[in-house]
Formats: sequence, structure tokens, C-alpha cells
Amino acid sequence: MKLAYWMYAGPAHIGTLRVASSFKNVHAIMHAPLGDDYFNVMRSMLSRERNFTPVTTSVVDRNVLARGSQEKVVDNITRKDAEEHPDLIVLTPTCTSSILQEDLHNFVERAQLEAKGDVMLADVNHYRYNELQAADRTLHQIVQYYIEKARKKGELPTEKTAKPSVNIIGISTLGFHNNHDCTELKRLMADLGIEVNTVIPEGASVHDLKNMPQAWFNLTPYRELGLTTAQYLEEEFGTPYVDITPMGVVETARCIRKIQQVINAQGAEVDYEEFINEQTLHVSQAAWFSRSIDCQNLTGKKAVVFGDNTHAAALTKILSREMGIHVVWAGTYCKYDADWFREQVSEYCDEVLITDDHGAIGDVIARVEPSAIFGTQMERHVGKRLDIPCGVIAAPIHVQNFPIGYKPFMGYEGTNQITDLIYNSFTLGMEDHLLEIFGGHDTKEVITKGISAESGLNWTKDGQAELNKIPGFVRGKVKRNTEKFARERGFKDISAEVLYAAKEAVGA
Amino acid sequence: MTVAKEPSALNFECETGNYHTFCPISCVAWLYQKIEDSFFLVIGTKTCGYFLQNAMGVMIFAEPRYAMAELEEGDISAQLNDYEELKRLCEQIKRDRNPSVIVWIGTCTTEIIKTDLEGLAPKLEAEIGIPIVVARANGLDYAFTQGEDTVLAAMANRCPEKAPVSETDKSDHNAIQKLLNFGKKKEDIAQEESEYVEHPPLVLFGSLPDPVVTQLTLELKKQGIKVSGWLPAKRFTELPVLEEGYYVAGVNPFLSRTATTLMRRRKCKLIGAPFPIGPDGTRAWVEKISSVFGIKPTGLDEREAQIWKNLEEYVKLVRGKSVFFMGDNLLEISLARFLFRCGMTVQEIGIPYMDKRYQAAELAFLEKTCQEMAVPLPRIVEKPDNYNQVQRIYELKPDLVITGMAHANPLEARGINTKWSVEFTFAQIHGFGNACDVLELVTRPLRRNNNLKDLGWDKLVKEEAKV
Repeated sequence: MKLAYWMYAGPAHIGTLRVASSFKNVHAIMHAPLGDDYFNVMRSMLSRERNFTPVTTSVVDRNVLARGSQEKVVDNITRKDAEEHPDLIVLTPTCTSSILQEDLHNFVERAQLEAKGDVMLADVNHYRYNELQAADRTLHQIVQYYIEKARKKGELPTEKTAKPSVNIIGISTLGFHNNHDCTELKRLMADLGIEVNTVIPEGASVHDLKNMPQAWFNLTPYRELGLTTAQYLEEEFGTPYVDITPMGVVETARCIRKIQQVINAQGAEVDYEEFINEQTLHVSQAAWFSRSIDCQNLTGKKAVVFGDNTHAAALTKILSREMGIHVVWAGTYCKYDADWFREQVSEYCDEVLITDDHGAIGDVIARVEPSAIFGTQMERHVGKRLDIPCGVIAAPIHVQNFPIGYKPFMGYEGTNQITDLIYNSFTLGMEDHLLEIFGGHDTKEVITKGISAESGLNWTKDGQAELNKIPGFVRGKVKRNTEKFARERGFKDISAEVLYAAKEAVGA
Repeated sequence: MTVAKEPSALNFECETGNYHTFCPISCVAWLYQKIEDSFFLVIGTKTCGYFLQNAMGVMIFAEPRYAMAELEEGDISAQLNDYEELKRLCEQIKRDRNPSVIVWIGTCTTEIIKTDLEGLAPKLEAEIGIPIVVARANGLDYAFTQGEDTVLAAMANRCPEKAPVSETDKSDHNAIQKLLNFGKKKEDIAQEESEYVEHPPLVLFGSLPDPVVTQLTLELKKQGIKVSGWLPAKRFTELPVLEEGYYVAGVNPFLSRTATTLMRRRKCKLIGAPFPIGPDGTRAWVEKISSVFGIKPTGLDEREAQIWKNLEEYVKLVRGKSVFFMGDNLLEISLARFLFRCGMTVQEIGIPYMDKRYQAAELAFLEKTCQEMAVPLPRIVEKPDNYNQVQRIYELKPDLVITGMAHANPLEARGINTKWSVEFTFAQIHGFGNACDVLELVTRPLRRNNNLKDLGWDKLVKEEAKV
């Protein structure tokens, strides 16, 4: 048993449902007790879906406990098949069905006899996988199912498309800015003269899946979702995949160069260097921003980064490599894929943090006192308590992270969006200076939030007055450093002199 | 629970139970705030945790006094000893928060693996010295607000049995009274006592926000009825005394287990009344309690009339409009009855579970209201089937659908007005003073429509080609 208040990645069935409901005309039936269909609320509220979420529950109640589901699951599958004619019904196990150990596989086979659509059991165990792993597995499972089905029927096209083409794998519902990223990636592919063969799972029909082998290569922009599918397609058809996330100027260029290499190996003869150069220097503003005076003011500022693998790694590289910001630590909650994260970010931060305990994260943020945090909604709230700005870069997210306006994180427009996010998160550079020079305009008396230990030290009147002149957003830090200094030297009272002595001694 | 003779002409149906509602563990979100010295430990899986974290939104960041005891594979296969595990966690809670009570919420998983929470609790309680209350609020058995019912039923067994005898602190157990008396001299209190009519002690049950507790308490005081206590009180240490023969009355329609426990285990007498939702309900509630104590209520006519007069602006908006309750929180009967009285027609009352005995007075009141308003009786659909309901909604085209968030946006996109049902659970809807809050909620989509009426944006989905 584990005492837990909050979690970063959801339970396995959420991952399965995200993939299933991303497809067009695929219905998921959860084998779950009443109230476990909270996914529908999230999808309806967060992504403001206009359509009913294609997820229903085959309710596990007392009768099921006593006698087993018997006909119930089969009836629910065939009923849904008749009502909505989905192409595919995915029976989704939950934590409850994991321990009931009913033969769900048997239900699927029985229902398949009657149902006109396909029926499948999602192969995910609640106690072994989290949301992200389950999503990745389910996507692979569905693709494999339809490839094999087509192969059996002899309907599998083997010819590649005439022009270079790509499958974009891993865009899903409730994914962080996924729909905007998808638009941006399609635009990028169009600019590169690459046809988009399929995008899965979002908006795809399962009938399109058999055409996936026709693509020249696969692009998996997210580390968490789609890699297993891409690897499967490589094994089956030798289709190469590009798994470099095009997030940030340098990584976008690296991704495009990799694409160039992959399609040239198949005889495309393209040279994207000119395109990369033009985009970097003149279309994306991010490279120019790095040179500008604004960004200069960010040099050496301290930041911390936490999120899923894809976004935390990309942001760490952008902050450190493209903006000269000092990333004190970067962390991920994808513990199951920690080695990849370490390898990606080690050279761009002082320390790597692998944990899914939000309390531990809060503590290290408080200890480090960065100028800005880049994290999930949880870190945003830690930031609020500590009075440190936070840019949200990864799920878990709230409804405000599903913006209506166009806000991709990927591609060249993505670099612009990320630049804005980072710059707006740090307190504006010049304002910072002016406040320091003129002693601030903030006259609020309250300066502690009680997160650091109580000092027991006495601030004299002039010491307090001097402290009040320090701009609000660094005042807590100065106060703590001064108190630390005073404790070490054995001062009981902190006057203006002590404050400045501390400033000189420790650079408070 | 069927009643032998069913005088009601109401039409009861029962569907498949395939509907959307909140898991009953959601009750921790409002109960931990209500009972200030409590700590709620939900013993379940990531699924439960995910629900709480998402459903309760920002509340989670205010250092809640609730947590998950997240079961791992070793717990399921009994490789870990559940007693030792719970002890470790509860000791940590005691160390970090030092609550006056730890409430264990049993979930589907603890049911299925048959964790003997009721057996473990007394043992652990003795060992760590903090009361442990067990409530099995799981999705196998209950829906949404019924979670509170399971917790209060468990708490009812913890209420002190005897009032303190010494003369001086005679009213000591009465938290509200004490609060109201705060700062007054003894003579004042004695004088205040005389404002009440002589009647057997009355304890009310149901968790309500403190302002509403005060309002309802004062409402009864106007009739000379004294509320001796309230289950739950603000603190676990202030649970009301329940002696044999005390009278009890419920304030919410979903408290049937609590009512049963109070009657059977604590030998209290239940006053079956309509619930104090809407001015009509509040009046009927006060009247029923008064009549049990042989009191002739005064001033209720004017009071109710005044409230209706204040509500007229809202009532104008809803009069003649139709409403459809999909059903998910058990407040449906009372709300429907109030809306009938406002001049609406109710096409369907979906409800997760219908206790015809506990809600008898409310059902009779509903019927009477329909007759007085000369409208047809609604169909009451227990354990509804959301898919079928949506088909009926397409057919009936109600002016307003009261539904869960899973259906609200899709219905709105199809030009059907909706109101999110969960808001009724969290808003203050009890008593005379809060009737306008109910109508504020009900009329919001209608008022929104007035604002947007000329834009021609009613239907925002493309017609789906039916296969």
C-alpha cells in the first residue's frame, strides 16, 4: 500500500480509452463498476467534445460478483454493435476486472460471432502498466490486428506510394496540445514535399490501417505513444521510423535531417538544408530571440523542468541549449522509461530527477528556488504557493491547457509558442532591473509564506524597511539567505547592515 | 424495499442501470471539509485516485485531509499483510495530521478481495488511539451521494449514547446551540431555552454547509423547535447524543441507510417529511416536524408567499417549460417537485435508486403538487439507461435536460439546453433562503439562450450519416 494524494499518469484503462476513442467509429466498453466512466466527463469537459464519447460501461455490480458477468458483457457488446455500428469494439479491462479474472477473452470471442463489427480485448493489466504504457500497447494492438486481418484476406497493399510519404503516429485525444501539434506537423510535411499517408489514432478509421505499409517512413513525435507501433511496422515491413521530437529549433532541424536521410536512402534525393536555414533564420523567431537583448537577460537564470519524457526532455534542451538558462534539475514521472530521459538531458542540467511523488518534487523546487518552473499543473500549484512563475509543459493538465487558439509545441510555429511561454514565465527582464534600481513598487507587508523553516530571528525596523525595498519576487529568497547568514554568524537582530553584509557574503 | 400497499399512482420503471454518475467515494470531497478534524483514507486503486483528483479539480491542491491508500499487486495477492500496511499508513497520518477520526472508505477492490475493514478497524483503533470509522462507499453498490449515506450511517453508530447529566453543561453536547449562545450570560441562555416549546430531543441528519445548518436551525426555532444536534457536526468530537426515543429527520433524499441505522440501531423515531428543498419543500418539512411535536406552525403562509414573490423573476423564465432529469444524484424527486410547483412540466425523472419508504412523504408531496398544478404525473425511471434516455430526449425535445458532464456538451452541440446535475449537490439549495439558488442554476441555460438568441448557432454538429 502506498499513501498517495496525487498521481501524474492515470490508470491503464485511461490509456486504452484515449486510443480507442481517438479513432473514428471505434467504441470502447469498459468492464467496470458504476462511476468508473469518468473518462467521458474528462473528454467532454477538457477537450470540449461535441460528440458523445464512444465509451460505455458493462457495469460490474453485486450480481456480477456473485455469478460472474455471464451474458452481460456479450449482450452489451452486441447491443452496442447494433445501436451504433462501430467498426471495432474494444473491451477494456479495469482494476476491477484485473482481480475478478473473468475470461474476458471468451466474451470477446462469443460476441464476435454475433457482432458485425470487430471485437477486441485490450491487453492491458492495471497493476503492470500506467496510462501511457497502456495507450502505447493498445495502439500497437489495434494496428497489428488490422494489418494481420488484411494480410489474411490478401488485401495488404505492399507498394510504397509514388512520392515520399509518412505515417504520423501517436496523436491522441486528451494529449497535451496534440491537435495543434498534428496540424503543425502536417504543415511541415507539406513544406517538405512529403505526403501524409495516415495520422493515427486521432481521427483515423481502422480501415485505413492496412495502408500504413505504403508510407516511406513513420514519424513518432511523442516518446510515450506510438513507438511500439513504429517498431512493429519496422519489423514487419522494414519501414524506418524517425523518433526525434521536432520540438525546439535544434531538435526540429535534427528531425528534418533524419527524415532527409531516411527518404534519401529510399531514393528521394532531397536536400532540406536550405529549408532549415530559411525557417530557422527568418520564419521561426526563436533563433533571433536567442540573440536578442531580452534573452540575454535570461542568461544564467535558474529553472527547473518536470513532466513526461517528451516534453521535459525537449524543454530542458531548449532552455539550456537555445536560451542559455541554467536548468538546475530536470525530471520525469515516466519511471518505466527513465534511462532514455537520463541519456537525453544529462548534459543539459545539473541533476536528473526520476520520481512520481509530487511531494518530493515540491520539496526540491522549494530548496532550489528557481526563477521559473516548467512542469505540469501540479508544479504550477507549487509555484503559486512559493510565488514562483510556472509554465505548463505537460499533462496532467486542466481545461485551460486545451486552448482554442493555435498553440502547437512542435515544428517552427511551436518554437515561437514555446519562446513566448518561456519568456512570459520569467519575470520580464527590464522590469526586474527597474524594480531593483528604484526599490520596487510593492509595499505589501506580508513576505513569508511559511514554506521555509521559521527563523526565530528578529528583523529590526531598518532591516525590515530595507527588505521591503527588494522586489517581491526575490524578496523571500533574500530574506531566507540573510537569515541563514545571520544564523551562521550568530546575529540575533537583522539590521540593514546585516542584510547588506549577507548580500556581499553570499550574493543574496 | 417495496411497500406492501402502494397508494401512489406514480409510474415507476426500472431500466438497465447503464448510466453515468460519480463514484460514491466522491463524498470525501465535501465530508472532509464539513468534518474539520477528520481524515479520509480511501483504500483503493489508481482508478479511484484518478477519479478523485480529476473530479475534485483544484480542491486537491489545498492540502486536503484525504488520501489514497493505493493498493499494489502485493496487496491484491495478499503477499503483503493488510493490517500491517494500514497500520503503517494510519500511523503516518496520525504523525502528520493528528486527526480526531480516520474514516476508511472501502472501495470496489476491497470488496472483491474481501478485505475485512470492519474487523481490522477496532483492532487498529485500539492500537493507535484514533477512532476509525469504516464506510463501504463503492461503485458496486452505490451511486454518487449515497457515499455520504454510508459514511453517516457508520458515524451514527459513534454518536454518544447518553447526554451528560450534570446540570451546568446540560446543553454542552449541542454544538450549534453553543455556537449561537457564544458570549451570552447564563440567564440569557435560560431565557432562550424558554423560547422553545417542550418537545422530545430532535436530531437532524445530512451534511450541509454551515450557513445552511444555521438557516434551517433558525427556521425551526421560529416554531419553537429546538435542534439538539446534527449528524454530522462540524467536528467528529461534537457528534450529537442519540438516546433511545430521540426524534430524527433527514434533510437530503439520499440518506436512507442513515435513517435505517438511526431507527434500528439507535432506536430513534424517524420523522418522514418532504425535504427542505424549494420554499414548498421547506414549508412541508417544517410543518411535518411541527405536527409530530403537536405544534401549530405560525407564519409559514406569509413566509412561503414572500419567497415565491421574490422568485417571480426566475419563475417567469421557467413557467411552461419542460425538463428532463437523466438522474445521477438522488436529489431528482425533490427538485422535480419544486420545478413542478414553479410551473414546469417534468417529462422524466431518472434516479439511481428509489427508496419508496424513506422518500414516501416526498413522493406523496410530488403527487399532490402535480394534482394541484394540474399536470400529468411524470415517469420515474430507476437505474436508467443513458443511451435510451438520449433517444427519448431526441424525441421529447425538452427545454432543459439536467444531466452529468459526460452528456452536457454533446447535447448542447445538438441544440438541447443542459444543466450540469452535480452543481445541485454542491450549491446551497436547502431552506427558504436558498430557493433562488436552485432557480439560478435551472434558469442559467435559459438566460444564456436569451443572450445568444439571434445568432443562429443552435446546432453545432454535422448530421451523422446513419449506416
